[in-house]
Amino acid sequence: MIQALAFYLFATLVVLSGVMVITAKNPVHSVLWLILSFFNAAGLMILVGAEFIAMLLVIVYVGAVAVLFLFVVMMLDIDFATLRAGFIKNFPLGIAIALVLLAELVLGIGAGRAGALKLGTPDAATAPLAGASNIEAIGTLLYTRYLFLFEASGMILLVAMLGAIVLTHRKRPGVRGQNISHQIARRPDEATVNQRPEVGAGVKL
Amino acid sequence: MGAWASLRLIAAEDILSLVGLLLLLVAGWCGDKAARFITGACVLALAAAAVFTVPALTNGVMGHDASVFFGQYAEDSFAAYAKLLIYGAAAAALLVAPAFFERVGAMRAEYPLLVLFATLGMGIMVSATDLLTLYIGLELNSLAAYVLASFLRNDGRSAEAGLKYFVLGALASGILLFGISLVYGFTGTTSFIGIREALHGGTFGAGLSVGGLFGMIFMLAGLAFKISAVPFHMWTPDVYEGSPTPVTTFFATAPKVAALALTMRVALFAFGTQAHAWQQVVIFAALASIIVGAVGAIGQTNIKRLMAYSSINNVGFMLIGLAAATPSGASAMLVYLAIYTVMSIGGFVAVLMLKDAEGEPLETLADIAGLSRHRKVLAGCLAMVMFSLAGIPPLFGFWGKFVVFQAAVAAGMVPLAAIGIAASVIGAFYYLKVVKVMYFDEPANLAVGKSGWVHQAILALCAAFISPAGYLLTKWLGGLANLAASALFHVA
Repeated sequence: MIQALAFYLFATLVVLSGVMVITAKNPVHSVLWLILSFFNAAGLMILVGAEFIAMLLVIVYVGAVAVLFLFVVMMLDIDFATLRAGFIKNFPLGIAIALVLLAELVLGIGAGRAGALKLGTPDAATAPLAGASNIEAIGTLLYTRYLFLFEASGMILLVAMLGAIVLTHRKRPGVRGQNISHQIARRPDEATVNQRPEVGAGVKL
Repeated sequence: MGAWASLRLIAAEDILSLVGLLLLLVAGWCGDKAARFITGACVLALAAAAVFTVPALTNGVMGHDASVFFGQYAEDSFAAYAKLLIYGAAAAALLVAPAFFERVGAMRAEYPLLVLFATLGMGIMVSATDLLTLYIGLELNSLAAYVLASFLRNDGRSAEAGLKYFVLGALASGILLFGISLVYGFTGTTSFIGIREALHGGTFGAGLSVGGLFGMIFMLAGLAFKISAVPFHMWTPDVYEGSPTPVTTFFATAPKVAALALTMRVALFAFGTQAHAWQQVVIFAALASIIVGAVGAIGQTNIKRLMAYSSINNVGFMLIGLAAATPSGASAMLVYLAIYTVMSIGGFVAVLMLKDAEGEPLETLADIAGLSRHRKVLAGCLAMVMFSLAGIPPLFGFWGKFVVFQAAVAAGMVPLAAIGIAASVIGAFYYLKVVKVMYFDEPANLAVGKSGWVHQAILALCAAFISPAGYLLTKWLGGLANLAASALFHVA
């Protein structure tokens, strides 16, 4: 009973916040609605027993992707009025694509029901541990069998970071930053000049 | 196999990762002042990795002895052969870089490190015996390559090359991953041995289901992008032209070797029992690459673009060896790969040595008109590279083409070999055009800038290798290639 209640709560909120994402006038509000829908999707995942995917949704999608969206929306000067200008014109196209997707979904479900697809039998080596939670099973595989790949992925992330720094970091000549030790080390005779200007000639600095 | 024994077997990768991490710290503390020191240290690290790789090459280790990390990684004679080529090419790309980048004030400490990490990724690629290892190695290599392509970020062409390479490379990775997921779904395993057994009728019936076939074709398409085989070649000329020339030297050699070796392992080992399913795809890609590479190069005026089409053309010839799907075909492909790598390094180093009086690099055909009048040795070396790429007999490039065609004929593919030979005549036109421009046109007297001894030494080595003296190596090279190729057909 409580599970059914939770399911309908999460499912309704996912759909509603999804609708709000595309109808909200303010793009920042869109991103906030998106975050709400991610949280509810995470709730749905917990209900089906996929707590690892729920965690990924919160950590990766809410923690990184949505925040990135928020940064992009707030930092870039995008005129959303012009972006929306073609909405009515492109509406039939959007509907057509949605119908194609719907037809594919129906076909896919039908094909799945028919049971014609003969998939391979999974490797016994990566079978889930009996009685262990998802996280435990994934962790056990990741840190034993797939240790080498796990470490190599670390190298990929390092290269990604290195690449981002190479492509964006540079010394800008025109920037005046505050250098406190320079300021303190400055002596009065470097900063001031005594001049005896002639009458009517002005001061030369 | 214990952890210590596993780490010992992958000693080359250990060295590259550890040295890379250490030098990253040096780069962080000392900045770009240390760029030359880091370049030298990276070359030494590559040499050390090569020293640890050589034993695997000659021992002919394969099967369980060479397999570590639950069959995800193989340090066999095939991997060792490809790795030695990759390390050599990477070292050449490192050695020629400082002179090029320092002139424009862009020699940064990160360049050698990115090359080193890309090389590490390529080592993982050629050793991959699991779909996951394959993808991780490929991404490590590609990610570093995208950054290298746009290393001169103030140069519009370099930035364009990087962006193009990144967008198309990401698309190709997506296609490859889609294929991998289908293959996993329809065979139930990611390990190459597992796929081979599943397709051979180990777990459920023999042969490839429609879904598995789709997966395999998608994987081949993704890999064809990485080796720039037609019809996935469109990025090559733009990226090769736009990237800084030392980076182009790198792209044309090391990643090509790695991606071709990976394609060989996937096609001949993982899908080895399904050769009839991928042979027609490879035959099409081979012929299309040869023809597009030959015809596309005719109108080019930029030497780097011309070399890009030449590399597409050469990949086609190598794929003929793959299409044969026999041990001798694989061995011929490996011999060709070694000769092609040396020819490409020689060609690009010669292009790097073309500089005007201010040291500004020259890249167009018009700039090298009449080069033979005032730069006899350089023009001679470039002419040798061109004749060798065209496959004209006294030079070593002919041997590569010869063994590949021999393997194709032995496998009963006479029409394929015949069309290949006919197309190589078309290709000879533009190689000879370069020679004609250098030797018979009115001198432009532009290329007067001198180059350092490192460039001269590398060019001399390459020229010596592709000279007729190279034929002294045929027996030795062929023996190593046979040993390496047998690892692909060794079923434990």
